[in-house]
Amino acid sequence: MTLTRREFIKQQATAAAATVAGITLPHTAAMAQATGTKDDVRWDKGVCRYCGTGCGVLVGVKGGRIVATQGDPDAPVNRGLNCVKGYFLAKIQYGNDRLTKPLLRMKNGKFDKNGEFQPVSWNQAFDIMEEKCKAVLKAKGPSAVGMFGSGQWTIWEGYAGNKLFKAGLRSNNVDPNARHCMASAVFGFIRTFGADEPMGSYDDIEHADAFVLWGCNMAEMHPILWSRINNRRLSAPQVRIHVLSTFTHRSCEVADAELIFTPQTDLAILNYICNYIIQNGAVNQDFVAKHVTYQKGVTDIGYGLRPNHPLEQGAGNNGYPGPDGKPKGNPAASSPITFEEFKQFVAPYTLDYTAKLSGVPKEKLEALAKLYADPKTKVTSFWTMGFNQHSRGTWVNNMIYNVHLLVGKISEPGNGPFSLTGQPSACGTAREVGTFAHRLPADMLIANPQHREAAEKIWNIPAGTINPEIGLHAIAQDRALKDGKLNFYWTSTTNNIQAGPNLNQERYPGFRNPANFIVVSDVYPTLSAMAADLILPCAMWMEKEGAFGNAERRTQFWRQQVKAPGDAKSDLWQYLEFSKRFKTDEVWPAELLAKNPQYKGKTLYEVLFANGEVNKFDKAEAARTNAHAWAGYTNDETEAFGFYVQKGLFEEYRNFGKGHGKDLGEFDLYHKVRGLRWPVVNGKETLWRYREGYDPYIKAGEGIRFYGKPDGKATLFALPYQPAAESPDSEYDLWLCTGRVLEHWHTGSMTRRVPELYRAFPDAVVWMHPKDAEKRGLKHGDPVKASTRRGEIQLRVNTRGRNQVPQGLVFIPFFDESRLVNKLTLDATCPISKETDFKKCAVKIVKA
Amino acid sequence: MSVKKEKTTQASPARRQFMLETVRMACGVGVVGLGLGLYARQSRAHPPLAIRPPGAIAEAEFLGACIRCGLCARDCPYDILSLAKPGEPVAVGTPYFVARQLPCEMCEDIPCVKACPTGALDHKLTDINKAKMGLAVLVDHETCLNFLGLRCDICYRDCPVIDKALTLEQRINTRTGKHAEFIPTVHSEDCTGCGKCEKSCPLEVAAIKVFPIELAKGELGKHYRLGWVEKEKSGASLVPPDPEHHYNLPEGMHYDQGKVLPDEAPATPESAPPQHRAPKALKKDEL
Amino acid sequence: MNRRPTIGADAKAAKGWFGAHRWLILRRVSQLGILALFLIGPWFGVWIVKGNLASSLTLGVLPLTDPYVLLQSLFARHIPERAALIGAAIVLGFYILVGGRAYCAWVCPINPITDAAAWLRRRLGIHGGARLPRATRYWVLAMTFVVAAVTDSIAWELVNPVSMMHRALIFGIGASWAIILGLFLFDLFIAQRGWCGHICPVGAFYSLLGRWSPLRISAVRREACNDCADCYAVCPEPLIIKPALKAVDGAGPVITSANCTNCGRCIDICSKDVFEFGARGRNAETPPARSTAPST
Repeated sequence: MTLTRREFIKQQATAAAATVAGITLPHTAAMAQATGTKDDVRWDKGVCRYCGTGCGVLVGVKGGRIVATQGDPDAPVNRGLNCVKGYFLAKIQYGNDRLTKPLLRMKNGKFDKNGEFQPVSWNQAFDIMEEKCKAVLKAKGPSAVGMFGSGQWTIWEGYAGNKLFKAGLRSNNVDPNARHCMASAVFGFIRTFGADEPMGSYDDIEHADAFVLWGCNMAEMHPILWSRINNRRLSAPQVRIHVLSTFTHRSCEVADAELIFTPQTDLAILNYICNYIIQNGAVNQDFVAKHVTYQKGVTDIGYGLRPNHPLEQGAGNNGYPGPDGKPKGNPAASSPITFEEFKQFVAPYTLDYTAKLSGVPKEKLEALAKLYADPKTKVTSFWTMGFNQHSRGTWVNNMIYNVHLLVGKISEPGNGPFSLTGQPSACGTAREVGTFAHRLPADMLIANPQHREAAEKIWNIPAGTINPEIGLHAIAQDRALKDGKLNFYWTSTTNNIQAGPNLNQERYPGFRNPANFIVVSDVYPTLSAMAADLILPCAMWMEKEGAFGNAERRTQFWRQQVKAPGDAKSDLWQYLEFSKRFKTDEVWPAELLAKNPQYKGKTLYEVLFANGEVNKFDKAEAARTNAHAWAGYTNDETEAFGFYVQKGLFEEYRNFGKGHGKDLGEFDLYHKVRGLRWPVVNGKETLWRYREGYDPYIKAGEGIRFYGKPDGKATLFALPYQPAAESPDSEYDLWLCTGRVLEHWHTGSMTRRVPELYRAFPDAVVWMHPKDAEKRGLKHGDPVKASTRRGEIQLRVNTRGRNQVPQGLVFIPFFDESRLVNKLTLDATCPISKETDFKKCAVKIVKA
Repeated sequence: MSVKKEKTTQASPARRQFMLETVRMACGVGVVGLGLGLYARQSRAHPPLAIRPPGAIAEAEFLGACIRCGLCARDCPYDILSLAKPGEPVAVGTPYFVARQLPCEMCEDIPCVKACPTGALDHKLTDINKAKMGLAVLVDHETCLNFLGLRCDICYRDCPVIDKALTLEQRINTRTGKHAEFIPTVHSEDCTGCGKCEKSCPLEVAAIKVFPIELAKGELGKHYRLGWVEKEKSGASLVPPDPEHHYNLPEGMHYDQGKVLPDEAPATPESAPPQHRAPKALKKDEL
Repeated sequence: MNRRPTIGADAKAAKGWFGAHRWLILRRVSQLGILALFLIGPWFGVWIVKGNLASSLTLGVLPLTDPYVLLQSLFARHIPERAALIGAAIVLGFYILVGGRAYCAWVCPINPITDAAAWLRRRLGIHGGARLPRATRYWVLAMTFVVAAVTDSIAWELVNPVSMMHRALIFGIGASWAIILGLFLFDLFIAQRGWCGHICPVGAFYSLLGRWSPLRISAVRREACNDCADCYAVCPEPLIIKPALKAVDGAGPVITSANCTNCGRCIDICSKDVFEFGARGRNAETPPARSTAPST
């Protein structure tokens, strides 16, 4: 490896800059080596495409194609390791059915809802989209157009989509599939701390004495983090792992205690732990006195079902319109109480009561409570979908914070509640960019006029442009589609026909409703694409420049490595191109434009993207910014629009969080490092938030301050146990829990196209207790019919293997598009977070 | 010579002809038989990738018991069994499966065994978990993703006798310093040889393979026994433990399990080392 | 070369094509029908018969097992399960009744192959070749038992073209075709009726069962024989006809040789309707008639 003098100087300069910024750049030049390897493969840094762990990978490109990947040995999260899905990353872009042309349903050369897909040009595709979108806007206004994205959007794609809809089309009907994934964690964090996302980082793992997994199978779903937990357990003799679940899974295998509870009774268990802590004098009095307030949440909040459902008609606080047309209460409402009242509130959750209700043996419950209560034991709680996909998801998130707050085990190495994410940028895009229907970037809310104003300022759009009405969340979008109230709908980086609940009664009819025009941007012909009216072929992963934010607040960038196949284009390109089709006069009210005549006659592209801010960095900037990686770097969007789009968008986006506890570093920095954990202030990362010394926002002497809340105090919520929306009865006599397997990622649209992974787990099965099977005359391997009140599917029964379910419960993974478990699931949600409960409904299994 | 010939011819030409025919025939057929016998011997060598159906008796006996009727193959609901065709390295006509292609699904009612008319598949096998079709061996430690520290363990999770036949034994990844390695470990006592692990191994060439037991299994010499196993079996030391030892130690110190410790600071139950499971293989009677 | 250009022309003229091929057609129907019974399972999922000729299960209840292969298994010192023993007993009983080598003519899948070779041999006028004693098969039969006993395995099944052919048809062919082709060429060029008539130990085994079978072919109208010799030409075991047809040493008209396969081809080919199926006992009923036909 020879360095020219110029390169050497440049490298020195970079290193100097990095030192100033407080970052160690061990071998910047090694990040992308155009030369120096024998096989002529160019290696550059990237991030794994799948889950929220955020493993660093190196991507090897030769001849315009990814020929190999490797775990990045210098990546702090995974140090060169990957799970088996990550092992196959090199193959995910190259399934033989990649979409390469826009496809429109046509008959006789014209769009027809019942036509067959035929290739069209991008122009034709945008023509029909423009026509349909404008017709809907004209007839019904912005409330009838919407967008559904995901935590797989890159940061700037989510940001651009969000901006296009919320600022441009004035529709807040933008929601990510993260709604189905961690909305409960979002609402939980905000409700308790006033700010989203975990306070800790993965480094908690190396400091904790005990790990408690709540509805979370890290052994299969977060395999690399699981190996870190197990390393901690091997390295320190005191370390314990407690796993709470409704069935025995792989994480239970090494657990010191496995607590299998009756679905929904986690609420009671959490209250029991609080009760135990209080009764045994383990409350951290100093901590709670200084940093905690108490609230009692309203109950009777319904289950997020349609308003005509009996459970909703009886609910007094579900926020739905009552007979008088006014909302029936607010499910998120609460009122202040004292510690004494809180103590009394949890007092009924005795050991006896909780053990009986949950089915967990008393000694296990007590051991768990002791773990939290013992001041010498540092506890990190992890959770994913078991908590989040819960009809009381926000509550259960609040309640785990109750436990940590009571004992003050929070915001310090090894102590903290930690919600994991399932998508690569659930945090980075869905949460931080605020692509939820009620949110703006950096924890700001649509409903808050000051927040709207701040956003309008940053976006340089007239005051009052942002629609004050909060938009439709995922399930509300399903229902509005079906009811014909949402008529222009654009989805991206998601496969909700396979993932959304109650498919046959809600989402699919919505897609096929003749009143609606559905656009699906996708990379493969997923079920969602095949149900659409127009399919837009997308660039994926390394075919575009991107950024993801993982579960520990780490923002990671990568450069575009290869070209997308055929006519496939990135979502970012699609949003910018589509924005050129609209003039402000067509989408903004006349009075708004009258007050701000300088915007008249301009296209949304000019107003939103070529606005002097986003297009501030010229084409050559791409090469300059990335010169340390390889000479003459550029990307497709920069070439198409003539400016460094990603940098412009990110630098504008950065303004939202700056000074508000959400600070991100400069764009250029991220291209040089393997991610930074925000808030990044003065170039320094934050490992633990809210604690003096660790968090730059905490002044000397403050100790701890939960600065998301005006009073700097976190809130303990008194919330009860309540039953699930649907429980087994005499006809549908089993609990149905859905979830994932290690081999496949979510709906399997990528992993099922990897032959090895497909072979490893080809078809979904239903795991059932051998006794339940015997009762139904079933043997392992028999084909069965699983049916609920909403639909039925056929699959094979499995009575052994990786999951051991208790009697009365069955588990079906959702990766298999031939066995759509979402035909069975109930569209009940947490009424606060609106996140679906995919873990609980009643099912019947009979021999097929 | 001519005299001799004359003599015999004279003695009984028909008988001589008959004798000649007989010898010729015996020799001819005998040579063919010898060839066949040698071929049969050779066919007994169990090809490593051909796994017999559950309940198959020992290979040498199997070839005398299996009449190649294919009834087992017919009753296999997953259609995994083939009858060896000429040209394949398995005794012609006998049933086998190749785990990498289609492993045994381990039906609870074992229809293949029930179908066997001759008992080449032993009808005494009624619990499929007791089957011994072969034995999985993690052949290649250099490519197994878990050995490399990656998190694959597909073989483990696909094992129908998970946590018994196949376990993950953890060790620290000294390279990364913060991850554990999960080493797939086969336990012959519980491995049925179904081949699911081999089939699902995501490598180009499987790192874990199922072999016929006679190829896969080692055998400990009869002259040696494992002390800890014998002790566990008998429930106590075979030779009574020593009376208490006394040591020359500085004041205030005691000696415990090889460590010199101060007298105070008794170990609290909280900080006692957790009961890490001993590697499972070592608990077994046989290895 | 022959006296007449085509064998069977007389029969065709006298009885018509169908009359001259009646038993042949029936035999082919039987052979194909049996094969079809084994095949409709794997082809159409309708399971009437499972397994193959070595052992099968019909309609889930009737076990049938080849006694020859089972005997080899016994020589290899394996005691089979009851199903195989019952199956073999049924098969034994059946062939003792209908003539052991009826298996060769009516069931064996190799028969059409060797028949075809014989037919082509006649058509092409191929004569001569290796001469093997017909008793070879008994030596081979004995050899298969010896090898089974010595090697403890059913060694013959490693090479047996009969079972190989049947398995090839219903379980997949593999390299079996080469062996079948070899057999065909052997019969065509090397030895006339070489396999079935001289070597096959399966036929040899079944012939042993035919010793006492009551169902036999009889030259009931042997006095009508016009010495066309067509029956000799088509008979797979031509040596067995003469005693009955020509009353050699005062033999009755019933073909008693255990090597008669009861194929009925002689009945078809005879323009004078000399032959017909009958019972073994008929030799006793019909006193040996002195034929007017010249005994060559």
